Amino acid sequence: MIEFTYWDIIRNLLLATRWTILLSLVSFIGGGLVGLIVMSMRISKNRIVSAIARGYIELFQGTPLLMQLFLAFFGMALLGFTVPAWLAAGTALILWTAAFLSEIWRGCVQAIAKGQWEASASLAMSRFEQMRYVILPQAIRIAIPPTVGFSVQVVKGTALTSIIGFIELTRAGTTLTNATFQPFLVYGLVALIYFALCWPLSKSSQILERRLNVSHNRH
Amino acid sequence: MSLITVTDVRKRFGENEVLKGITLEVGRGEVVAIIGKSGSGKSTLLRCINGLEQINDGAISVAGAQLLPGEAALRQLRLKIGMIFQSFNLFPHLTAGRNVMLSQQVVKKTPAPEAEGMARRMLEQVGLSEKFDAYPDELSGGQQQRVAIARALAMEPMGLLCDEITSALDPELVSEVLAVVKQLAAEGMTLVMVTHEMKFARDVCDRVVFMHQGRVHEVGPPAEVFANPGTPELKQFLGML
Repeated sequence: MIEFTYWDIIRNLLLATRWTILLSLVSFIGGGLVGLIVMSMRISKNRIVSAIARGYIELFQGTPLLMQLFLAFFGMALLGFTVPAWLAAGTALILWTAAFLSEIWRGCVQAIAKGQWEASASLAMSRFEQMRYVILPQAIRIAIPPTVGFSVQVVKGTALTSIIGFIELTRAGTTLTNATFQPFLVYGLVALIYFALCWPLSKSSQILERRLNVSHNRH
Repeated sequence: MSLITVTDVRKRFGENEVLKGITLEVGRGEVVAIIGKSGSGKSTLLRCINGLEQINDGAISVAGAQLLPGEAALRQLRLKIGMIFQSFNLFPHLTAGRNVMLSQQVVKKTPAPEAEGMARRMLEQVGLSEKFDAYPDELSGGQQQRVAIARALAMEPMGLLCDEITSALDPELVSEVLAVVKQLAAEGMTLVMVTHEMKFARDVCDRVVFMHQGRVHEVGPPAEVFANPGTPELKQFLGML
């Protein structure tokens, strides 16, 4: 039987952490791009477009992320597509992230005073130009703290992908537990690594919020 | 030849009919004041003219451009007529100069150097040439409103709609804004202004429109309207009853 030293455990966990970080980044960036599209659809004046976006958001916010992962992984297999775990994990997390970010950002866009829309409209700007040059630059400032805050949820959400067999931090922890029979030690270390990833994000969200509040009208 | 033609315009908010058939013509270079109690529909009329509110019935045209739904038609119309708001509505993330440059660059695709030249000229015209790099929150209300006027003028409109543009200002700041408007009127700009400044309406306007309960109740040159109001409603409004 192979003996695992502490260093072996930590080294293997840290190697798996790379995948947690990569999956978090992919989900966050991909989810951000999709979220921007969904948010634009959601605030569209076209009722059908807006309803489609609302349906999407309610569907993904109203079902557990785990179910979405199962459906992406097993559901696609049932339909005859063999989906590797990383693809199912990435897709489900991107769509899930997009649903939440689009709602966070919609709130920020709608927090911008109506007069800004009216003034830019009276200057003959199209809706896209209004968004691009007047509304979004202002909305982004108030969107940064909640967006960074939500990134913590994305990092923690990646843990669920271990269940469909994607080898990231949690999955590596389970494997090591089976080999070492030291669940408390291994999962304790896993939790510490998650904390080390998430705490700086939460903290920077708080700092950003305070700074953007103080300089609410600064530039 | 009239610049703005409003024909039998009706506007409802739910059950409440705010404009009950308004017909009005504004000639080129004419300065028209719209007066009336709050709720009489005067601001709504102004907002209908450049499509910020959709009309339920009737027709509006500005220099031959019909007010139609759809972004392209609205854009054509809004290029011909600018609007100044009670609450200034400057873009807070941009300097005064950038506020004046933005729509020239975005809508008219004017190159930056030319847009900047225009912005500097317009800010000079409203007496704020030294405030090009100031952000809106570094300016007083009167200065912000003058930047808003410069911003509208930079699009070279044929007319301006002014919606109670001095109502949000401290009393001592009203005159600096009105001085700019008076100068515009003297230069021949077409102006339609909803205002509570009766003295200004009397001194500067060619015509006064009194609105009451969603209708044009009385129209005439200021001398006549203010000296000999024909209806009890206008008399009451002017404090003569």
